[in-house]
Amino acid sequence: MESLTTDHNELPRVRYTRSLPTPVPPADSVIRSNLAGVRHVLLVLSGKGGVGKSTVATELALALRLAGKRVGILDVDLCGPSIPRMLRVQDSAVHQCNSGWVPVFAHQDKSISLMSIGFLLEKPDDAVVWRGPKKNALIKQFVSDVAWGDLDFLIVDTPPGTSDEHISTVEALRPHKPLAAILVTTPQAVSVADVRRELTFCKKTGLRVLGIVENMSGFVCPHCSECTNIFSKGGGEELAKHAGVPFLGSVPLDPQLSQSLEDGRDFIQEFPKSSAFPALAHIAQQILDGTPRSS
Amino acid sequence: CPNQRLCAAGAAPDPAEAAELRARLRSVKHTVLVLSGKGGVGKSTFSALLARGLAARDDTQVALLDIDICGPSVPRMMGLEGEQVHQSGSGWSPVYVEENLGVMSVGFLLSSPDDAVIWRGPKKNGLIKQFLRDVDWGEVDYLIIDTPPGTSDEHLSIVQYLSAAHVDGAVIITTPQEVSLQDVRKEINFCRKVKLPIIGVVENMSGFICPKCKNESQIFPPTTGGAEKMCQNLNISLLGKVPLDPQIGKSCDKGQSFLAEVPESPATLSYRSIIQRIQEYCELQHSQEEKII
Repeated sequence: MESLTTDHNELPRVRYTRSLPTPVPPADSVIRSNLAGVRHVLLVLSGKGGVGKSTVATELALALRLAGKRVGILDVDLCGPSIPRMLRVQDSAVHQCNSGWVPVFAHQDKSISLMSIGFLLEKPDDAVVWRGPKKNALIKQFVSDVAWGDLDFLIVDTPPGTSDEHISTVEALRPHKPLAAILVTTPQAVSVADVRRELTFCKKTGLRVLGIVENMSGFVCPHCSECTNIFSKGGGEELAKHAGVPFLGSVPLDPQLSQSLEDGRDFIQEFPKSSAFPALAHIAQQILDGTPRSS
Repeated sequence: CPNQRLCAAGAAPDPAEAAELRARLRSVKHTVLVLSGKGGVGKSTFSALLARGLAARDDTQVALLDIDICGPSVPRMMGLEGEQVHQSGSGWSPVYVEENLGVMSVGFLLSSPDDAVIWRGPKKNGLIKQFLRDVDWGEVDYLIIDTPPGTSDEHLSIVQYLSAAHVDGAVIITTPQEVSLQDVRKEINFCRKVKLPIIGVVENMSGFICPKCKNESQIFPPTTGGAEKMCQNLNISLLGKVPLDPQIGKSCDKGQSFLAEVPESPATLSYRSIIQRIQEYCELQHSQEEKII
């Protein structure tokens, strides 16, 4: 594996991003110390787009926060970053400190920290038209230069697929921490088929799969309480059984959840009576149970 | 970075290669790209139905190319799962659904449904080039290209390789929420940057009518005015809105045509009208070009 420090002198001269504080190229020891305070790294993956990776990453962070954990989110979806809006920090900027970049704090009590390319764009609608090498360089920088401090969980939100971002993220993080993955799918066969491929990616790269989440699983009509399986039902659970990995739960389609994400509100605290809440809380609990307290 | 020029948008392909691509794509009359910044909004579903809708006329020859290398959905949606590509004297043969509807996807090159394509950009680009250069499409009226989400390797490459041919434009798919629109605006900026004409925007998953009580719910709420407002602001045409319908997903999973299965549903009517608008756009462009010539 290449050394993490090699390309610091040729970081992408990012034309589409606002001028960033250029961190001093850190020594290997500094990289280690930037991730040294992180206890668990969780990757949220899916072969399919739009199945709710960012939603699961965000709600999981909020639920773990409520359980008293310190949580960071690293958003490596460089072409379509969604987390800043979901946590209502889309107008924030990244600052610099001695050990690198200071992540954006999403909660008043600073218990969720976030790094995303969304904070580096001059205009929110700017397209990041980058091929692989530039994406890889920025991911390496995100891994080495963000001063996370002490975290119980670092949740990594990824774009769909099994390509540059995924390979680079795993390569950059793996030397520092054991990595665990949560896979998200929707119930239809078309989505499950892509997530099967993602499982193969996990196997090949040696990621521990904590389990599969089935999102958008059924919709209960608010008018007549009839449940319609808009995107079918049960595909995620079947895949988990087939692949021999834990099934973490089904999250139903819930307009209160989509609305909360649109407005960047804390769904976990504000809507404990909604239909998606029990499933999300249960998933967070299993993550807490599945990750040893002392790593 | 020494590769900066290579990485940058629109780097000119070498002349011999461009000539080869041009020769192969000369037999294609219209090319339409289906794009979205966001994943899972219905690009493949729309591409599949657009291809099927156009091929409903026996005299129209349609080709559907899937360049989503890591997550190919088109084979299943077209009922072609497990099919393999055949080699012929004039190149790879597409897999045919009907006599006038051929499909090509990385899915036909994989040996098992568990196979992951763990490739970085350059290999993906190489395959896309092969799809354009080495596939024997024959005489084609419409080439529909389904893409992965984002604005990266696949997108830059397809635009670059197609610069040797004529592209009618891109259809952009979105869902109504701002979380989706914010990515779609990036895609629109990408199109403008690489000078790809935009035919229009389709708003998918736009409201859901409960089959029992017939009341409508906004599962993905258009909190910032949806695609309609975005199109007004950016001066782009809205081709139509397609409601959520459980039958769409079911038909896709079974590889059947939703348009044929449920011909009278509101979603089918909406798809049909959108397909017609795209057809009119392409024909108008074509006739204008002929006038210029």
